[in-house]
Amino acid sequence: MSPKLRKFLEFCKDFSSNKVALVAFFIFLLILFVAIFAPLVSPTNPYDLNTVSIMNSRLPPFSEDFSGNYFLLGTDGAGRDMVSAIFYGLRVSLGVGVLSGIFALIIGSFFGISAAFFGGRYESIIMRIVDIQLSFPSILVALIILAAFGKGVEKTIIALILVQWAYYARTARSSALVEINKEYVDAARCLAFGNTRIMFKHILPNCMAPLIVVGTLQTAHAISLEATLSFLGLGLPITEPSLGLLIGNGFEYMYSGDFWISIFPGVALLITVASINLVGDHLRDMFNPRLH
Amino acid sequence: MTAFICTRFAQSILVLFIMSLLVFGGVNLVGDPVEMLINPEADQAEVERVIRELGLDRPVTEQYWYFLVNAFKGDLGSSFIFGESALKLIIQRMPATLELALFSLFISLIIAIPLGIYAGYNPDSKASKVIMAGSILGFSMPTFWVGIIFIMIFAVQLGWLPSTGRGEIGTFMGINSSLFTLNGLSHVFLPALNLALFKISSVIRLTRAGTREIILQDYITFARSKGISEKRVVLIHVLKNILIPIVTVVGLEFGSLIAFSTVTETVFAWPGMGKLIIDSIYNLDRPVIVAYLMIIVTFFVFLNLIVDIIYTFLDPRVRIKGDHQ
Repeated sequence: MSPKLRKFLEFCKDFSSNKVALVAFFIFLLILFVAIFAPLVSPTNPYDLNTVSIMNSRLPPFSEDFSGNYFLLGTDGAGRDMVSAIFYGLRVSLGVGVLSGIFALIIGSFFGISAAFFGGRYESIIMRIVDIQLSFPSILVALIILAAFGKGVEKTIIALILVQWAYYARTARSSALVEINKEYVDAARCLAFGNTRIMFKHILPNCMAPLIVVGTLQTAHAISLEATLSFLGLGLPITEPSLGLLIGNGFEYMYSGDFWISIFPGVALLITVASINLVGDHLRDMFNPRLH
Repeated sequence: MTAFICTRFAQSILVLFIMSLLVFGGVNLVGDPVEMLINPEADQAEVERVIRELGLDRPVTEQYWYFLVNAFKGDLGSSFIFGESALKLIIQRMPATLELALFSLFISLIIAIPLGIYAGYNPDSKASKVIMAGSILGFSMPTFWVGIIFIMIFAVQLGWLPSTGRGEIGTFMGINSSLFTLNGLSHVFLPALNLALFKISSVIRLTRAGTREIILQDYITFARSKGISEKRVVLIHVLKNILIPIVTVVGLEFGSLIAFSTVTETVFAWPGMGKLIIDSIYNLDRPVIVAYLMIIVTFFVFLNLIVDIIYTFLDPRVRIKGDHQ
């Protein structure tokens, strides 16, 4: 067995010690599967105007229409099957959340590691910007961007990146500061490797563990924030119906007692965010040296 | 100390300046300023008159200068919808938002501190595990969705509490607030509980961690060895000592309650600043958007400045670090 594989198996064993986190991880995998293969696993295509009939609007859960189509979670105001709408919504929500998380991770770790590496004035300017940004609540930062520049897919992603990058930068810098004093960095310097190579080939891989922890928790936060912004009508346009927009659509029907239109997309959102949070919480405990 | 405050003050001004650039840039450069700043119902002659009046035919730098000068005078334009000064509109709605935020802060402390102490005092009991699991759930639940569920259960199904608007306003000691009438309290309860939810989760965790630490201190052992009842140890000795960090953190996070109230106000149709900004974004009421963003950013910048200064008094380490910089 190669050492890498052994290390990985050990990690898996460690991770499985917490049953709640393990279950949460499998639920998340299931959600990810549904999101990626939404067109294949959904009973209908909710955005195909040929199959959606307005005659079916606001059917309660467990009902059937005249042509025998079964709606497990009912239909929304336009007669779309809620199950399919939620599957497609998961796709948009996860897509936006994960995409913005990856960009924020790249930008944040670039600034964090380079700040730790070069130090001096560059470091203090970067870290001051990070501090200032973290003193504003995330929703306010997103609100400023979207209110000033308008809504849209790219703008929502940019807003989410701006909200998150500072967390990654702070984490990357603090772990890079520890790594920089280790011998392998001195060795790399003695071999006259370039700064870029030392920073990203040598230091970055050793900072990944805490970055992954921050990444999972931040992605959960980003998904939740995107849903909030889309619900408020500031985030994604109606052409990209995320879970937040579905909940917002259902809100109109709340007072007439048609609870399923906004409750079920919310349950899907809650399960997604909670499962990522539980996994992230457990990863944080695993990587926290103080608890061992 | 003075040097520290001066640097922080200069930094706050710099942040405000950058924010003004961002807001100005967003509203005036990205889109068509004529379309954004002038009422769409205006005719051609009116449009040309306003372009001249707003100085949109001048260079960008000059325009930005006028924007800054007018902002300093407190003139951030008039709302297209209400026809009133944007600044005045926002200030009128401020008490409703503050009232909601204060009441929800009160609710979160009342609920979270006892639960947190319990979970910290009996860390291995079943109930504590339920409390901690609940707090993770509280972190994960989207606020607006919980608000919708509250409306569905307590307003639509049970009909116990009203779900929209602010109730009757009473006066007490010269302050007008809906917290002073029964009808007003019934209106504020659901939105405040909704806004408090997130805070409850974080205060439970904070209190639990604090309690676990304090329980191990020598003065608690000493109090017990004197034969003081366990009830008194928890209610006096533990409570007093965890209150200091909790009050600090929660007080400082008051700003985030105001920011998050945008969501709650929209769900519960609460007539505060947050609902005003969302409505203005829907209605493309640009002057109100600009005014809100500038006011809220100024509010946060100065809140953070005050927080920094208070910290230097509470924690001397910050002060020393600041003097060295």
